Amino acid sequence: MAENSNNKRRDFLQLSTVTIGAVGTAAFIWPFLKSMNPAEDTIALGTTEVDVSQIEEGQSITVKWRGKPVFIRKRTKDEIDEAKTVNMSDLKDPEEDVDRVKKDEWLVLVGVCTHLGCVPLGQKLTDSKGEYNGWYCPCHGSHYDTSGRIRKGPAPENLAVPPYSFLNDTTIKIG
Amino acid sequence: MSGNSEPRKYKNPVLNWIEFRLPIISYFEKEYGDYPMPKNCNYFWSFGALATITLVTMIVSGIFLAMNYTPHTEMAFDSVERIMRDVNYGWLLRYIHSNGAAFFFIIVYIHIVRGMYYGSYKYPRELNWILGVFIYLLMMATSFLGYTLPWGQMSYWGATVITNLFSAIPFIGEGLKTWLLGDYTVGNATLNRFFALHYVLPFVIFGVVGLHVAAVHVHGSNNPAGIDIRSKNDTVNFFPYMLIKDTIAVCVFGVLISAVIFFGPNLMAEVDNYIPADPLVTPAHIVPNWYLAPFYAILRAVPDKLGGVALMFGAIAILFVLPWLDTSKVRSCNFRPMYKWFMMLFFVNFFVLGYVGMLPAEGLYLIIARVGLVYYFGFFLIITPFVGWIEKPKTLPASISDVYLGGGKESPLPASQKEIH
Repeated sequence: MAENSNNKRRDFLQLSTVTIGAVGTAAFIWPFLKSMNPAEDTIALGTTEVDVSQIEEGQSITVKWRGKPVFIRKRTKDEIDEAKTVNMSDLKDPEEDVDRVKKDEWLVLVGVCTHLGCVPLGQKLTDSKGEYNGWYCPCHGSHYDTSGRIRKGPAPENLAVPPYSFLNDTTIKIG
Repeated sequence: MSGNSEPRKYKNPVLNWIEFRLPIISYFEKEYGDYPMPKNCNYFWSFGALATITLVTMIVSGIFLAMNYTPHTEMAFDSVERIMRDVNYGWLLRYIHSNGAAFFFIIVYIHIVRGMYYGSYKYPRELNWILGVFIYLLMMATSFLGYTLPWGQMSYWGATVITNLFSAIPFIGEGLKTWLLGDYTVGNATLNRFFALHYVLPFVIFGVVGLHVAAVHVHGSNNPAGIDIRSKNDTVNFFPYMLIKDTIAVCVFGVLISAVIFFGPNLMAEVDNYIPADPLVTPAHIVPNWYLAPFYAILRAVPDKLGGVALMFGAIAILFVLPWLDTSKVRSCNFRPMYKWFMMLFFVNFFVLGYVGMLPAEGLYLIIARVGLVYYFGFFLIITPFVGWIEKPKTLPASISDVYLGGGKESPLPASQKEIH
């Protein structure tokens, strides 16, 4: 019987040594892995203020926010109607137009295709706007509508809407 | 008790002194001098040596390029231009390195084709094959990281597209992508770590190549007949026979790569990469390096983000299990009348996938890519196991020496029932 209890002691010691070793190794690896995440200065949320008084109806501008392009578009009456009358069942990522804008004529989007991160075309007047009159990503052929919603192609989600607010009628603060 | 217990193996006392303490001299003698090579090996068997030499060339030219390169988003592009214009022979170092990468893939693809056609991946060399696929994976990672460093438009957008592949993974994808980039977009943190990893991975490859070579030397090299070595008559020593043969191969290779380095250094480069990276403008047409294009074609052939990414990685992962998908015990396709043609078609199909992978994913190209995708997976999952069961292989020669006496009648037994040991 003494031998048996001795064996149990051995098992216990072995198991606890291995466990402590494994936990210790994992704890040691953590700072290394964590160091690869964005640094504090990168996280520090940048804000961008944009003067939109010069933008005419039907025009778009691109500004840079946190290293990404942000599209600001003053939509025409037709574009707004088009965005509002879409049947929700036709959408891959259903979202009402009213949930994506603060003022009907101003559409603010992160200009990064939700497929693999290219910048879609459609900002310049000469650009292809795709089959739904919004934006078209040339990399892998995703089509977005006048509300920046994905309509056709491999992208899984609508173009993201960044956090923004109107400081006054002609100034938008992004971030 | 004097020192005469040390055995005297070599005439040179220094060699004896080393050999007694570290038997490295006899190791090299055994593995690279007396190592028996099947005497029917053709020039396809020189590509392993070519690949090793290219790897060393890449490491050396890379180290010297790193002495003049600056991994910072503001300075990377200009530092590469400075290498091209101001650094002594910088243009040569860079063209050796950039074209060397392309030729490294050409060599390795031929090496893989050799292994597949002659069945080198089969028993008892499965682990050898797995190590090889692992090297191939490491090479793809390394070349992708290196392509980012010049910080041109293709560098930036290639890095963006490839790192975004990880965001397709459910739940952890976005977090994983941010962790890989060290930022919310491809930025300075990304460039820094890509440089660090691009510097270290080739040494990892070098280590795995060591294992790959050690593993093949355990059971000896395969040969075009795909049969085992039976006697000393079947082989020649590596030194001098294979060394001389490999040297000729290296000379021919040197002529070819020099022709490209000196007369067409940008033949395999994308012009857009001579435009500095611009995070606000995506090039109209993002093209991967040609040697990664077949997998890019697979990615784009699937109209679903996660599905495309899964199949693309699956296309590489499936290579690992090829030794277990193949049910035939006959190694060489020379003796497999059916599988031979499916194999040839597989190579053509891979080439076609690469071709459409560099063209826009629309219209006919998209259809070709989808057909190619189906054949790629169909070859591994359906054709390879089934043909092994139904095919009747030709009669194998009794020994490697017999290869030179002719042979090749139809065998009455299907491949899976044939004994080759």
